[in-house]
Amino acid sequence: MSTTVETTTEIRPFQVEIPQERIADLRRRIEATRWPSRELVDDRSQGVQLTTLKALADYWTTDYGPGRIADRLKALPQFTTEIDGVDVHFIHVRSQHEGALPLIMTHGWPGSIIELLETIGPLTDPTAHGGSAEDAFHLVLPSVPGYGFSSEPTELGWFAGRVAGAWPVLMQRLGYTRYVAQGGDVGAAITDAMARQAPEGLVGIHTNLLVPALAGAPLPTDTDEEKAAANALATFRASGAGYLIEQNTRPQTIGYALLDSPVALAAWMLDHDTDSYYKIAHAFVDGEPSGGLTRDHILDNITLYWLTGTGASAARAYWEGGQAAARAAGQAPPPVTIPVGFTTFPGEIWQTPRTWAEKAYPTLMYFNKVDRGGHFAAWEEPELFSTEVRAAFSSVRQ
Amino acid sequence: MSATVETATEIRPFQVEIPQEQLDDLRRRIAATNWPEKETVADESQGVPLAMIQELARHWGTDYDWRKCEATLNALPNFITEIDGLDIHFIHVRSEHEDALPLIINHGWPGSIVEQLKIIGRLTDPTAYGGSAAEAFHVVIPSMPGYGFSGKPSSTGWGPERMGRAWAQLMKRLGHDRYVAQGGDWGAFVVDWMGVQEVEGLLAIHSNMPGTVPPEVDKATLAGEPSPSGLPADELRAWEHLLTTYKQVDYARIMGSRPQTLYAIADSPVGLAAWLLDHGDGDGQPAGGLVSGINRATSDTGELTRDEFLDNVTLYWLTNTGVSASRLYWEYKGGFFNVKGVSIPVAVSVFPGEQYQAPRSWAERAYPNLIYFNKVARGGHFAAWEEPELFSQELRAAFKSLRNGRSS
Repeated sequence: MSTTVETTTEIRPFQVEIPQERIADLRRRIEATRWPSRELVDDRSQGVQLTTLKALADYWTTDYGPGRIADRLKALPQFTTEIDGVDVHFIHVRSQHEGALPLIMTHGWPGSIIELLETIGPLTDPTAHGGSAEDAFHLVLPSVPGYGFSSEPTELGWFAGRVAGAWPVLMQRLGYTRYVAQGGDVGAAITDAMARQAPEGLVGIHTNLLVPALAGAPLPTDTDEEKAAANALATFRASGAGYLIEQNTRPQTIGYALLDSPVALAAWMLDHDTDSYYKIAHAFVDGEPSGGLTRDHILDNITLYWLTGTGASAARAYWEGGQAAARAAGQAPPPVTIPVGFTTFPGEIWQTPRTWAEKAYPTLMYFNKVDRGGHFAAWEEPELFSTEVRAAFSSVRQ
Repeated sequence: MSATVETATEIRPFQVEIPQEQLDDLRRRIAATNWPEKETVADESQGVPLAMIQELARHWGTDYDWRKCEATLNALPNFITEIDGLDIHFIHVRSEHEDALPLIINHGWPGSIVEQLKIIGRLTDPTAYGGSAAEAFHVVIPSMPGYGFSGKPSSTGWGPERMGRAWAQLMKRLGHDRYVAQGGDWGAFVVDWMGVQEVEGLLAIHSNMPGTVPPEVDKATLAGEPSPSGLPADELRAWEHLLTTYKQVDYARIMGSRPQTLYAIADSPVGLAAWLLDHGDGDGQPAGGLVSGINRATSDTGELTRDEFLDNVTLYWLTNTGVSASRLYWEYKGGFFNVKGVSIPVAVSVFPGEQYQAPRSWAERAYPNLIYFNKVARGGHFAAWEEPELFSQELRAAFKSLRNGRSS
């Protein structure tokens, strides 16, 4: 092997170090925020409400400890390795149970590895979290290129399909020859694409967002449940997808403010879906979080975007998705032939009926509807989410 | 008349006086901008390119002087009066020619009264600009609610229909009993709705962004369906232009659905400048006319310059109206380039860089009382700003027929 190859496949330990100066600058900027006038309505129909964002900014500059991110991540084994020209950052926690199933789990937007941290314990150490040793996973949590501590692609073409091509390289490099993959949101798109590419060693996937429905696959609308899902999806497309449209088409334009104004970044990231918005607003305005969506956890995620300066590059990943979708217009994607698990969380943008999951994935091996959690299921309900992941993959364990 | 009523209809002189501290803060913020990395494309397809906005910011934060714009504004008669519960700011320049035709001119987004400054002299004092006394206008230029120095609505309902009614009250209050109205962009919506509502005293309207698209064509373009068969060449061109336009109006979709989420444009000067620059006007993204302007340091012929563009951005910044201006998109639920149903006299000028070039055939159907229609050779979406001389000539010609026999 030549030196060059050795260098590029090297796995380097990584530690988060945040200069004090960056934290001081962040605080200064938040304190100097210039606010617009209050919205003219009493709900979120014009966007993120002024009271919510002011409560967030207030907590950010007072009770929140910006050193939290480094402290939380310091305890975890982190690495970077170069794949396809990009430095990929990932957390890699091996279970102490030798027969554990390797699992690569991918975050979404406006998320990051922060979304997934609370699932590490339940998934890698199930016996300490009400599970059995047979439920254990070796867990790999990468940062998507352009997000968090992964580097930002400087060339075109990093849509979900290319990320999906990078993850098997990562798993192979870690010595995993038989593994599964999981994702929600953008992570679901990447996981879905992995299943369609069917790399050697990938034996099953689980998602909590039905990607083919977003991609416009024909799905039945006969039952009340199906009609409700179709209506919720239509409402999202009509009035809830503003962030998606902007990021799909003009990431650089919105990117300037996302890197220059912490409050602009926070507002942009809070304005995702109705359920999570009100849960987060409730956490900041009333101090009542929904599960793991606590004020500190939400600010860990926003602060991570700020400190890594990834508002524009994360948005650009949507532009890549838009370009890829335009290129693929009219062509059916390759079918999924490996086993698929799916969990419907009640607060998700639409509640996927079993019939939709079956139609989207003929190889559906697991389907469940749970009673708690929303779009950020792993973040909000890490124990329940981990139970679902265990159940989904129990049939592919050897 | 009671004291209360007197107060509410009072017309108060207004002067722009921005505290130095605000200007210092703006410069500080520009200098402290935290930049993203460069876009990953070699064109404007991901938004405003980094090099373009960095060059603009360099000038904005160093050599640019807001006080020049302030002096220009303060050399004009500015007023504020309360209409329908809101303070309305306006410039009111009476021509010295007594028979001048009163004209109210509406700016749009991402514009302001700054767009109209170069046409005031040409319209009120035509003899100084190669025209005749018979072509003079008394000019009224209001700031839309939520824009510039007008008040920011604190409740919903201030769409173009309501603005149109407010303008009629304003003209009446100024003693202009018979007048005409002009608009482009949102101003075009306002004048269309003034026409639809046939507000008191309104003789005619002129639009440089007319709503002429026939219903069947409008429906098909919005749905992205194939064009109706057999369209003549100019209608087919308009059709194709509209399809492109609808793919470029994502800024409008965001402001139409999530204006409050744009905290970015209240807190970051560069974020605001990029947002106001990224406006699809049919000449390519970002707005062709604006991009040409920011590359032009000076102009002897009145074309848009970099400092004029920055006057407008700085006005948005200093009045903190980025978000309140965006809410207009949220307020309006009607169609865009569709036929609104105006039956009073209408004049149309078609500028080549506009979002679509209205064919005469569509304009005649849309406006049964079309008194003037002309296609000009230069200018785009910001016609008054880009081509003040040509624009002024258009207004003189457009309303000429109304002056004959008009009682003075």
